[in-house]
Amino acid sequence: MDILAHVPILVVGIPLLGAFATPLIARAGARARNWFAIFILLLTTALAIALAVSVFQAGPRVYVLGGQSFGFTLPSGYFFPIRIILEADGLSAFFVLIIAVTTLLGAIYSTAFMRAHSGLEKYYALLLLLAAGMFGMVVTGDAFNFFVFLEITSIAATGLVAFRTGRAESGEAAFKMMVLYNIGGLLVLLAVAILYGQYGALNFAYLAKLIEYSLLDVVALALFVLALALKAGAVPMHMWVPDAYPAAPAPVTMVMVANTQIGLYGLYRICFSLYGLKLTPALVGWIVIILGILSIFIGVSMAVIQRDLKRLIAYSGIAQIGYMLLGVGVGLAVLGTPALDSYGLMAMKGGIFHIVNHALYEGLLFLAAGAVSYRAGTRNLDQLGGLAHNMRWTAFFFIIGGAAIAGLPPFNGFASKLIIYESVFKFNPILAVIALLASIITLAIYARAFQSVFVGPKLPAYKDVREAPPSMMFAMAILAALVVLFGLFPDLVVRYLVSPAAQALVNRAQYIEAILGAGLGVR
Amino acid sequence: MIANFPYVTAILLMIFGLYAALFRRNLIKIAIGITLMESGVNLFLVSLGYRRGGIAPIYTLAPEAAERMVLPTPQALTLTSIVIGLATTAVLLALIVVIYRHYGTLDADKVNKLRG
Repeated sequence: MDILAHVPILVVGIPLLGAFATPLIARAGARARNWFAIFILLLTTALAIALAVSVFQAGPRVYVLGGQSFGFTLPSGYFFPIRIILEADGLSAFFVLIIAVTTLLGAIYSTAFMRAHSGLEKYYALLLLLAAGMFGMVVTGDAFNFFVFLEITSIAATGLVAFRTGRAESGEAAFKMMVLYNIGGLLVLLAVAILYGQYGALNFAYLAKLIEYSLLDVVALALFVLALALKAGAVPMHMWVPDAYPAAPAPVTMVMVANTQIGLYGLYRICFSLYGLKLTPALVGWIVIILGILSIFIGVSMAVIQRDLKRLIAYSGIAQIGYMLLGVGVGLAVLGTPALDSYGLMAMKGGIFHIVNHALYEGLLFLAAGAVSYRAGTRNLDQLGGLAHNMRWTAFFFIIGGAAIAGLPPFNGFASKLIIYESVFKFNPILAVIALLASIITLAIYARAFQSVFVGPKLPAYKDVREAPPSMMFAMAILAALVVLFGLFPDLVVRYLVSPAAQALVNRAQYIEAILGAGLGVR
Repeated sequence: MIANFPYVTAILLMIFGLYAALFRRNLIKIAIGITLMESGVNLFLVSLGYRRGGIAPIYTLAPEAAERMVLPTPQALTLTSIVIGLATTAVLLALIVVIYRHYGTLDADKVNKLRG
């Protein structure tokens, strides 16, 4: 049997199986449990890379669940898909890689960071469940299936945020998050029901072929955009982000960053692949652009006044989500016009490139902040100081992350922000100026944060602080290396990783054809 | 007119639920609001699947009434979403227990360690 043919379902199935096997394995001891979780995620990462390579080489992959043949999307005699079909195109492959890397490094970092806690078999089970849900969301081609995986990620993420139940703020943050996630999930379900009621189908590709842009379709689009922007933490639905990120353990926060980006994936998939360009894209594009600019503005200005290190990183992360929305919003606004080829596609590439960069440097910053709170016991900027004496490498990694988020060369944030500035400037110079100014303020914010945490004389309270444990250093080192590599070779990353994703978004016909072209009875 | 009645009820349920979830201060009432919204969406979904005179497609060999059989997808979706709703409600209530242990209150205005 050709194992590679089943990769789309295996990337979902293996972490799901691993999640429920973890409590059993944990009976054999803590070491076995940790290695088991890491092994499952390593296996998933290998499968994710295999999936991405095959998609980038051969175009979209489809996988039919429960059919006689897994490549046979249309049952004999029918001309529409009736089974649940997984579909992985360039965009899915791009996100699959991000999820695989962040969850794997999160698990490695957790082995040291969470050591002092009890009930860790549930922690690793939830982490694997969250990974399975995120993989599911990006590879599914079925609207209801998308909702199911969305709810899986909501439940797992809430459980992880609330994991340290001994702290009051964990429960509070998780409750806020769960209420909003729940409302978002129900809005998605309502939108799916509206689409099903009209067209009697749940498959994204088939719906995209049938869609008539009636009033109800517009209502469904509005519901989708609202719910997924909430999941992505874009302003004005960002309230849960600065509460949930600091309350969660640091490795979970890194995985949560990937989780919010899956909200962006959903947004892009719905706007581009399902609805396409007929629905006055300029208007939808401008809505996305305005959401992006608001996120940049509010994220940066709130980050200035924070005293808690992780809360500061969370707010500046909201601003970075704004950059991604800005880039792709410009692409959406000029979809179907000649401007798409001159700068629209470039803006989208910048926005998508920024997603992977954000996952890397934001993850690195959160892990460094986690290392600080792990050793020093606090995240308060007023109390911390002089840690660079004892935590040299952590300080070094924090500088790399801070420089990348502020968009300094030669780090990866610079590469993607430059693409966004250039192309957005051609669309509307004022937007580019706002984005550039926000980056400069971000630099100031991180300079201040670095100065108050790491610089200065040794404080007596922290004189015995040691460097972070090896597994935490390992996770941070990998992320830092990727941040620098992506900054040094942006051309390669754009060509092999980002371009296929951007092309997959614009090329709606290919997405539809992959489902409706593979089988008998096509009409 | 009467055929639209389930949809109107479903939308009303959702609006009441959303109002309770966003503007009520008692955490339990917020959770009740979420479940009301869930019931609204489920009602909407299942009423999409109703066909007058339809029959359930449970046969080994389809009889002559095959054209009156109803595709059971909406019912399957509703069942799935009810199960998911159960899980999310359980998580919400568990979180309320955690919050009550720490703060000793269910008033959302007094549960406010996280600000700014």
